[in-house]
Amino acid sequence: MPEYQNIFTRVQIRGPLHDGVPAPSGIWGRQGKPFFSYFLGQLGNAQVGPIYLGTLGVASIVSFVIAFEIIGLNMWASVNWNPIRFVRDLPWLALEPPAPSDGLRLPPLQHGGWWLMAGFFLTTSLILWWARIYRRSRQLGIGTHTAWAFASAIWLYLVLGFIRPLLMGSWGEAPPFGIFPHLDWTVSFSLRYGNLYYDPFHMLSIVFLYGSVLLFAMHGATILAVSRFGGEREVEQTVDRGTAAERAALFWRWTMGFNATMESIHRWAWWFAVLTTLTGGIGILLTGTVVDNWFLWAVKHHVAPPYPHIYGHVANPITSGTGAQQ
Amino acid sequence: MRVTIPLVALIGGLALATVAVLTLQRPPVHVEQDGYRGTGIQLISSPAATAAAFALNQAPAVLPQNNAGPPAGSIYKNVQVLKNVPAGAFARIMVSMTQWVAPKQGCGYCHVSGNFASDAKYTKRVARRMIQMTIYTNAVWKSHVKNVGVTCYTCHRGNNNPQYVWFKAVEPPHATGLMATETGEARPSLAADGSALPYDPFTPFLVGKPKGGVNAMINTAGTTALPDGNRMSIQQTNWTYALMMNFATSLGVNCEFCHESRNFGSWSESTPKRVTAYYGLHMVRALNNNYMVPLTGTFAHDLLGPSGDVAKIDCSTCHQGVSKPLYGAPMAKAFPYLQGPATLADASPTSAAASGEANPAMITMTNAPAAAAPASATPAPAPAGQTGK
Repeated sequence: MPEYQNIFTRVQIRGPLHDGVPAPSGIWGRQGKPFFSYFLGQLGNAQVGPIYLGTLGVASIVSFVIAFEIIGLNMWASVNWNPIRFVRDLPWLALEPPAPSDGLRLPPLQHGGWWLMAGFFLTTSLILWWARIYRRSRQLGIGTHTAWAFASAIWLYLVLGFIRPLLMGSWGEAPPFGIFPHLDWTVSFSLRYGNLYYDPFHMLSIVFLYGSVLLFAMHGATILAVSRFGGEREVEQTVDRGTAAERAALFWRWTMGFNATMESIHRWAWWFAVLTTLTGGIGILLTGTVVDNWFLWAVKHHVAPPYPHIYGHVANPITSGTGAQQ
Repeated sequence: MRVTIPLVALIGGLALATVAVLTLQRPPVHVEQDGYRGTGIQLISSPAATAAAFALNQAPAVLPQNNAGPPAGSIYKNVQVLKNVPAGAFARIMVSMTQWVAPKQGCGYCHVSGNFASDAKYTKRVARRMIQMTIYTNAVWKSHVKNVGVTCYTCHRGNNNPQYVWFKAVEPPHATGLMATETGEARPSLAADGSALPYDPFTPFLVGKPKGGVNAMINTAGTTALPDGNRMSIQQTNWTYALMMNFATSLGVNCEFCHESRNFGSWSESTPKRVTAYYGLHMVRALNNNYMVPLTGTFAHDLLGPSGDVAKIDCSTCHQGVSKPLYGAPMAKAFPYLQGPATLADASPTSAAASGEANPAMITMTNAPAAAAPASATPAPAPAGQTGK
């Protein structure tokens, strides 16, 4: 089998089990006795553990479990505690936000109160986990890039479930918790606000999303292709370019005339990923608050082209006076 | 140990393939352009599904025309709707109705043996109203039925009761108390093509007279580029979405049969079929409100829905999976007396005649003693006072 077709790692390095570099000790130590796993070694590092949970990690997990239980138990209640229907119908079940008529009031538990509570604990969990990532980065002495990338995702989540509903004056504008129901919500959101594809920030978000995929494929392929020359030692080759980095660079210069460097490719990838949710959040935030129909907005600004009406004039039967109504 | 990874991959692949084979439509898929290039107005069909629908939607042979004889009302007793129809045509309609609705039971399904004039059987009282409904549909709703028209067969297809009807949904069992209450969605919705959308998109839109009109409930999308006071919610849009999914599956079409998907709400971007569908929606509402609902008390109890409501009409009742019922076979043309005049269908839906109470021979199920089955109800005319409401 040609090597590049294998999705599993070709080399499992098993040194002595170790706890990792020393770091300023908090009140929590690193937990768990490290061990080797062949299966995990097929995907990544074969050594598992130790893990650092810490105050923030434990608080985040507790908050997440509370949110998860509120959502799951309400879904289970919606099938009258029937375990078989719960498993069978799980993708369809949901915990729904309050009705639009409730506005921003705190509704009773059974009319959306659980949704608000689940949202509160899920948000708390995400923000605590963000703080944990930030603090771990600091304590390891590394940059906080991961934390800020995660913050961009949290921004989109908060816009959808909190900031935009606040601006619209209704919790009912927020998506439900549920696998299919949140997808239905996405379609209805676009239908209600006149086709999200004409939202320029949605366009940007798609550009960055697909761009991320493209960059990921190009970069992953390049590094795997030069790994026989030691190309996976990317970061040190930023300044000390060996034959792998030179060949990788030449490959792209020959094929497209220009190439990223071992450093810049990671900056591109990071920014593309971060901008996906950043621009997406802006696009959602503008929907309904400052634009009510993105298609008509796009027509107004000459973004959406007119097409010939090959069926002639199709009149609105409601307003044209011919509309029999019942 | 090393054998297990391919094994896990193999089992996973088999599981995925099983789900795919069981849930996805068999290829190939035919795509036909139906709008200006670039608009994505394309009709999608599967040859296998089309062949199956074609086999199920064939119009039956019709009896030869026969318009001889005096008016039916002058030779038969108790002919209320078709009294001016020539006896030959009247008999032809009656025989055809038997083939369309009660091929197994024959005349006795509606008529009392030996006394065909009797209205004792509820099926006859329903059938009379259904003839009026057919005439009303053909005469008044040409905007929807065009020249194809409808006959009893359009819905019945040889069954006593049409196969595709709807009842008001009963909430599935749901834990009560403090747990989140039922919202009418977020469970497998048969009416909305198996999605998690509302499972009863019929009751709010296809029956009753909602305040402000049903059009305003359906049209949720913004009509101006910038906010202009439209407070329709995303949750309300879910209901429109479910109704539209039902339209599409009832007709065996995709959204672009009627809509331009870049702006679903725009009439000028739509195909003319959307206008036909609009009249269809209001026709169905008229039929349910004026014909079906007033018959609630006339039907046998076991034909009513779980919440005691009468069987009602939606697109699939006639269309049964194809965009033109019976592939557009103009069946009604062969039955000119079922096409009008509209005055024959004019009995006010609120009048007692609509549900049969005006006729002293009629005993509606709501008035009949619980033990009395319609077949055993006395066919003899009873004093009007005994059947008062």
